[in-house]
Amino acid sequence: MKFAIQVNEGPYQHEASDSAYQFTKAALEKGHEIFRVFFYHDGVNNGTRLTTPPQDDRNVVQRWSELAEQHGLDLVVCVAAAQRRGIVDEGEMQRNGKDANNIAPGFRISGLGQLIEAAVQSERLVVFGD
Amino acid sequence: MSILHTVNKSPFEKMSLDSCIDHVKGESAVLLYEDGVYAALKGTGAAEKLASVMETTKVYMLGPDVKARGLAADKLLEGVEVVDYAGFVDLAAEYDKVLAWV
Amino acid sequence: MSEDIKKFMYVNRRAPYGTIYAWEALEVVLIGAAFDQDVSLAFLDDGVFQLMKGEDTGDVEMKNFSPTYSALGDYDVTKLYVEKESLEERGLTVEDLMPLKYEDEDDDWAEKDSIRLVSRKEMAELMDEQDVLFSF
Repeated sequence: MKFAIQVNEGPYQHEASDSAYQFTKAALEKGHEIFRVFFYHDGVNNGTRLTTPPQDDRNVVQRWSELAEQHGLDLVVCVAAAQRRGIVDEGEMQRNGKDANNIAPGFRISGLGQLIEAAVQSERLVVFGD
Repeated sequence: MSILHTVNKSPFEKMSLDSCIDHVKGESAVLLYEDGVYAALKGTGAAEKLASVMETTKVYMLGPDVKARGLAADKLLEGVEVVDYAGFVDLAAEYDKVLAWV
Repeated sequence: MSEDIKKFMYVNRRAPYGTIYAWEALEVVLIGAAFDQDVSLAFLDDGVFQLMKGEDTGDVEMKNFSPTYSALGDYDVTKLYVEKESLEERGLTVEDLMPLKYEDEDDDWAEKDSIRLVSRKEMAELMDEQDVLFSF
């Protein structure tokens, strides 16, 4: 089955990203397709490579990046939500005249249409939030 | 059509469980996860509410979240089926759609 | 109408301004309107506060996005289901909400109410009829 996943909260503050990750991993292990993981609201904060959690804790951001690499996952960060919260890729950096970018490997920044498209294309939308 | 309702909030803090239960129809199911699993604590008003819908509606809870919170089986309402993340995926596939009471 | 059209419902259960969920949910609705799906919005629990008349955010210096709800009709978003019990529990009636209208192209552009007051039971049935339920 084809799933779309929506993550509404950032890492660590809420369990939402952990739950979404475990769900996504379990779905892939069962042979399902994850059409897209869409990060919205504070969920865009899952997409910064500057996160440095203590070594005895899970690395939520890196875990998503690794899962994306292993399975060719499409991790999309909402551009409007990202601009508000300072999640920046190369293109956004240049477009908005910023001096740095911070997008983590495997993530890309794109529009809200990507969430709608994911919901249209997938057989299920599963939302994780606060 | 059927809905898998997911509840991730403690019923002692938020009203998501109440609201969810008020909108559940018989052929649907409720999955408690994250802080939602506290709703299954026996002898509470939340558990009573769950028990009342369980006559017609299946109620599940996510084992990893139950375990993380130290909730022993003897403290939990009987009849709530424990699933793991793979079971969560199965439920999401089994029901026609998922409604998150975030 | 193509077979690909899905029934989308945006479920709004949060008040505006205290958190950004309501505003960012509305942004999804506006973008989603371009996709030609069968769209409706549900307002229940604290979500009904989003539609209050007379919101004025001047002193808190936040963007007042309430006028955007009035524009939804122009985007062919014309089904705003408001749960009666949620209003009553909060001491409100539909008179406390913005009078949202749309022009019905199938009825000689007659002006009609976008807000449809439904009971909790009807809301549960509407949710049941959907293909996709968005939560924010």
